[in-house]
Amino acid sequence: MNRFFAHNRHAVQRLGYSLVTLMAVLTVIPIVSTILFILYKGGPAISWEFLSGFPHDGMRAGGILPAIIGTVYLTIGTAVFSVPLGIAAAIYLAEYAKDTFLTRLIRIAIINLAGIPSVVYGLFGLGVFVLFLRFGTSILAASLTLSIMTLPVIISTAEEALRAVPQAFRTVSISLGGTRWQTIRRIVLKEALPGILTGVILGLERAAGETAPILFTGAAFFLPRLPVSPFDATMALPYHLFVISTQVPEMPVQIQYGTALVLLVFVLSMNLIATVIRSRARARRQW
Amino acid sequence: MDKSLTWREFVITRLIQACCYSAILFVLLIFFFLLREGLPALAEVELESLSNIRWYPIEEYFGILPLISGSLIITLGAALIAVPFGIGTAVYISEIAPRWMREILKPLVELLGGLPSVVLGFLGILIVSPYLRTLLDLPTGLTAFTGSLLLGGIAVPTVVSVAEDALDAVPRAYREGAWALGATRWQTIWRVTLPAARSGVLTAVMLGVGRAIGETMTVMMVTGNAPVLAVRLASLFSPVRTMTATIAAEMGEVANGSVHYHVLFFIGMVLFLISLGVNIAASSVVFRAKKRAERILS
Amino acid sequence: MKRVIVVILLFSFLSTSCGPADSTQADSSAQYIENKGSDTIVNLALAWAERYQSEHADIRISVTGGGSGTGIAALINGTVDIANASRSIKEEEIAEARTKGVNPVEHIIARDAIAVIVNPDNPVNELTLQQISDVYSGKITNWIELGGEDRPIVRLSRETNSGTHVYFLETVLRLGSKEDKTLFSMDTLLLPSSEGIIAEVRQNPNAIGYDGLGYVPQDLKMIAIAAEAGGAYLLPSIRSVNNTTYPIARDLYMYTDGEPVGAVKDYLDWILESEAQQIVAELGFVPVE
Repeated sequence: MNRFFAHNRHAVQRLGYSLVTLMAVLTVIPIVSTILFILYKGGPAISWEFLSGFPHDGMRAGGILPAIIGTVYLTIGTAVFSVPLGIAAAIYLAEYAKDTFLTRLIRIAIINLAGIPSVVYGLFGLGVFVLFLRFGTSILAASLTLSIMTLPVIISTAEEALRAVPQAFRTVSISLGGTRWQTIRRIVLKEALPGILTGVILGLERAAGETAPILFTGAAFFLPRLPVSPFDATMALPYHLFVISTQVPEMPVQIQYGTALVLLVFVLSMNLIATVIRSRARARRQW
Repeated sequence: MDKSLTWREFVITRLIQACCYSAILFVLLIFFFLLREGLPALAEVELESLSNIRWYPIEEYFGILPLISGSLIITLGAALIAVPFGIGTAVYISEIAPRWMREILKPLVELLGGLPSVVLGFLGILIVSPYLRTLLDLPTGLTAFTGSLLLGGIAVPTVVSVAEDALDAVPRAYREGAWALGATRWQTIWRVTLPAARSGVLTAVMLGVGRAIGETMTVMMVTGNAPVLAVRLASLFSPVRTMTATIAAEMGEVANGSVHYHVLFFIGMVLFLISLGVNIAASSVVFRAKKRAERILS
Repeated sequence: MKRVIVVILLFSFLSTSCGPADSTQADSSAQYIENKGSDTIVNLALAWAERYQSEHADIRISVTGGGSGTGIAALINGTVDIANASRSIKEEEIAEARTKGVNPVEHIIARDAIAVIVNPDNPVNELTLQQISDVYSGKITNWIELGGEDRPIVRLSRETNSGTHVYFLETVLRLGSKEDKTLFSMDTLLLPSSEGIIAEVRQNPNAIGYDGLGYVPQDLKMIAIAAEAGGAYLLPSIRSVNNTTYPIARDLYMYTDGEPVGAVKDYLDWILESEAQQIVAELGFVPVE
């Protein structure tokens, strides 16, 4: 079998290339058409009033400002808790930890956190933050829940990024007299930063778009004013879209698509930032 | 070396260590909590009843088998889509596509990953499910297959993104070495680059599948939520009910501490254990691969 | 790198500081009413909340859905002022409430009819309650048995946490009998919302569903129902509900912990007045007399 592949390796290459190209094409086409479709259907709904106004008439008219603000608050809240903790944990795993049973356990624990369904986080958040710690249905409870959900993504991608920095960098730094932390902070972290940042932004992007964890911990259908404290409940874009597409009768389809579009743009801009960071870093990479 | 530097070093090291241990703390906390709220279900409902095939909690029917089967069949379907498409696309982007195309494609794929599940669910109800119903002549378009399709779509970007990073991180020297020895580019990809990136690619697949198992909103909106035992191939094209959708739909209404409440946490526990099992299995594969690679390279 | 972080922070700061002017005024003097529960009532509750707040600037009302069960559970847990329910509170729930020191008091705030809906292309127009019960329990599986086309019947229902679901189970599937233990057929699709049912029925000719009258749009077909074979077949309307000839009509409730006082009492009193009841009619429900 191997000999067959070896003798016909150019044909195999053509076959392999076409297969893989086909997969890429079949992956990209649905994405592009989905986005264009939402743009087409939702574009007409977008206006300054839509983005800065409150909903009226049972959500059927007016704007979605409270949902937008709510999502921003939740994303910031998630970042505050998950980013420092996540990066620190990744640094420990990549730079300090010896390969003991305990560290292997920790790695398994982190990968497991990644696999836990978002609704289980919602359950956990409900039981611990909303009920046990008595935060109530609040931005605080929802952010904490989302942070725990985002942690594993940040940790695992940050760790990969740190590991990818060649050992040579560290060796040279130590041989020049740097301490471990100095090496990490000034050299390794700097080199790994684009990869880490990509992971952070991907994680936050997901947190911004999730509905299940905030269903029982922070989301509200209709609030008369913007949230003013972390203990207030909030409207949020994903929950708002869910509600207006499934609960409200006679909901103008355009507003649904418009809301979907706003959510998409929110996420797209985070993506754009991540991409710019990543490509600029790759260009500058010396290894 | 001055004392403040060593002391600062010490503090920082310990701080970082603490952050790391908190990760395992959270997993333990979640597990402990699920256990505390879920185990009473075993006391309150006989095992016989739990392994019943009817799920109708308001009349004390707590058979969870249909829910487990629903989740499994959808995840399987999603994995079958996400793994080949994800890895294939990652290989294309990382190894074959010209530089300019890569800069466009990678963020584009990640875009789909950022598409919230609610949006996909809503497109699913409005467009995908009616289309599938007419295309495949099914009684209804709200089926496990619809769910798998959309879930595969959600998982693919995660797989592509992480796998592509892993492939890209393989040092040029590996590839150059292979080319120097006369390998074609495809042979290099298949026999050198991919195996070198194996642990990253496996992480990518696991993260992707993990994303699929855990999806709630999309499945709640497009799979019909009928608690039917899904064991035959035909079940793929009928409505099913997943564990995740069950929790999301019913959690709000249970009185704190009631039997239904405990059973829902029990389901959460089962979900947790399933993903734990899958991850441990995958981790050991990765671990063994790493050990082998280290032995070969040293 | 630093520039990027600054831009992100700036963006988030700017977006939080823009918004309608009145939202930034301190309204610590405002009274807050928390209203949660039935998805059938949620749009009505929202319309009421909007109108009431426009007339009383010092009251703030927040509305959330989740199902009748959710509202009642929240009332028992002490996290809401008013629970909306499209079914009456169960014995077990009352007992649970008492153990937590909560005393649920019932207020009837509107009436509703359950409409049984089918796709507009479906030739079937009338059914008896028994037939509907047999369809949903799985005894009848094809439209041809009801005089329609040869198509499998796809049964749509609300989730088990919905008051509408429970009401349908008791009144239609079990025909009001407490001893009857008939259940929904296992392959009944349990959709998380009323709109989900509407969307599926609208485009699937095999489907049958049920929903509150307020949710049924003009383009869907309602089945005329007879309580017994040989009786008159009636469509749901304000008249057939109020003179109790339509067999599946029900009251809609709001529950409070004890007799309401203060702002909550004023709100509930307002709900029973003509201005609020007119909103009821506008939304397709039936005003209380």
